[in-house]
Amino acid sequence: MKASEFSSISDSRKRRKAMEFIVFLFFRISALICSFGLVIIVGFIAVKGLSSITWTFLTQPPVKMMTEGGILPCIMGTIYLSLGAILIAVPIGVASAVYLTEYAAPGRLLRAIRLGINNLAGIPSVIFGLFGLAFFVIYLGMGVSILAGACTLSALTLPVVISSTEEALRAVPQTYREASLGLGATKWQTIYRVVLPSALPGILTGTILGLGRAAGETAPIMFTAAVFFTPSLPSSIFDEVMALPYHIYVLATAGTEIEKTRPLQFGTALVLIMLVLGLNLVAIIYRSKLRRRK
Amino acid sequence: MVSGSTESLIAAISSGETRPRKEKIIRFIFLMIATGSIVTLALIVLFLVAEGIPIFKETSPYQFIFGKLWYPTSDPPDFGIFALIIASLLVTAVSSLISIPLGVLTALYLAEIARPKMREIIKPAVEMFASLPSVVIGFFGMVIVAPLLQDAFNLATGLNLFNASLMLAFMSVPTITSISEDAIFAVPRDLKEASFALGATHLETIVRVIIPASISGIATAVILGMSRAMGETMVVLMVAGGAAMIPSSLFDPVRPMPASIAAEMAEAPFRGDHYHALFATGIVLFLITLIFNIIAERISHRYRQVGEATL
Repeated sequence: MKASEFSSISDSRKRRKAMEFIVFLFFRISALICSFGLVIIVGFIAVKGLSSITWTFLTQPPVKMMTEGGILPCIMGTIYLSLGAILIAVPIGVASAVYLTEYAAPGRLLRAIRLGINNLAGIPSVIFGLFGLAFFVIYLGMGVSILAGACTLSALTLPVVISSTEEALRAVPQTYREASLGLGATKWQTIYRVVLPSALPGILTGTILGLGRAAGETAPIMFTAAVFFTPSLPSSIFDEVMALPYHIYVLATAGTEIEKTRPLQFGTALVLIMLVLGLNLVAIIYRSKLRRRK
Repeated sequence: MVSGSTESLIAAISSGETRPRKEKIIRFIFLMIATGSIVTLALIVLFLVAEGIPIFKETSPYQFIFGKLWYPTSDPPDFGIFALIIASLLVTAVSSLISIPLGVLTALYLAEIARPKMREIIKPAVEMFASLPSVVIGFFGMVIVAPLLQDAFNLATGLNLFNASLMLAFMSVPTITSISEDAIFAVPRDLKEASFALGATHLETIVRVIIPASISGIATAVILGMSRAMGETMVVLMVAGGAAMIPSSLFDPVRPMPASIAAEMAEAPFRGDHYHALFATGIVLFLITLIFNIIAERISHRYRQVGEATL
């Protein structure tokens, strides 16, 4: 090979490297936009909302047609709804995941169940709202209530709980199961005494994620549980409630004085963000610790 | 003595007949609970159909889907959701134009060029982004983005097709990034090393080897992201502007299907025509997202999806 050929090869290599640099710049910019999107949204709302968050804001109900006062009923409502949803979704979700990972043999049934879960995960949240209205509120006669809202939200969080529980169960080493079966334990004893306890941290992570998801949803509770305003805190699961996400929507779009209540809107949004992101942060940190341990 | 103990052992085991029976019962209970998801799905379909079908006594399915006028409260009312369907498709399409490049490039960055340290910061940030409540993103679009757009382009309203698409893109990027990244990360190392050994640059390796090898996962991610944008409710309810017309520009207000359902259900008289029409709109929305999900399912058949990003 002549020297000129060598130099042309290295020239082309240089050109290709330059091209790579430029394209990679786009990759980096995209990643920057994605991560900054979060920072910008949360940052804006934090800056504008922080001044609204006072002790009164967190511990008092709204007053004067919701133009002043606090958001206590909304906070409590969101807590009731999301806890209720999780109380229903976790037992069903964990049991489903146990069946899928421990019992089910590959075949038509398994594929059907998986299809059901995947499609449930892909249903728009407003459809859950319609379903909740037609089924829980009207057909089962629960009325617009915490119970109906929690049931609707549980249908929505079920796939989250199932998939994280499955991940947790799959991470339990096969040798644990074999050792337990080898000692003469039955399958159920093995699941109950060995598999579930080792998967517990992972299941907890899924529960926290589901809780965050349920707390932030608006559309499913619009027709099933949430109302503009209630003068008192709910006294039973058949009462309707106020909820943080719905309160933001109402204040921002249908309040009597939309501009005047901006600080309240930002404050409510900030409380909701802190609640949901806080839950997710806990779950993400916990999970990355778990994954690293393996 | 030895034989005696063996015999008693055998007796004990055989008297434990109930054990396998109990196991069977437990297994059956788990199976029943596991079918809960299918049952829920079936109930959703059943109740949507039951509450939606009665509208077709008033108007034909063809009129309902292709009718251009949506005046559910006029007298006589018009129940044509064509403008709503177009609005849903348009916001999904425009948001995809933003979210697909952004999501896939970010995934490539995370899986291929980010240092482990950066990856550990950006990946959780993207996951957190996915968990941001949609009402908060809608609120952001309404209060902060809309005035900016209004000033920048001199518009009558900042609540329009473009703003809604932008906010929806924010919502689907995390889905796209997260699932694509899993797919890209799962490409076997050997393929990559072979390409390097042939003298390809990293970019050439990404374009010619890594993307083709992970394309089914990336396609799944894109479709699920689009499905999410299509079904997202609060963002379009708060930001899209709400006009039930077929838009003539990117900056016209629109009324996608979820927005229409969410906004009108509270006022629709119980089991009136309007109420049934909204459920029927729900059926259309459900079918469209179902098609998206089935396509995603088909594509990802070879490639098993891991992680919670789809949920």
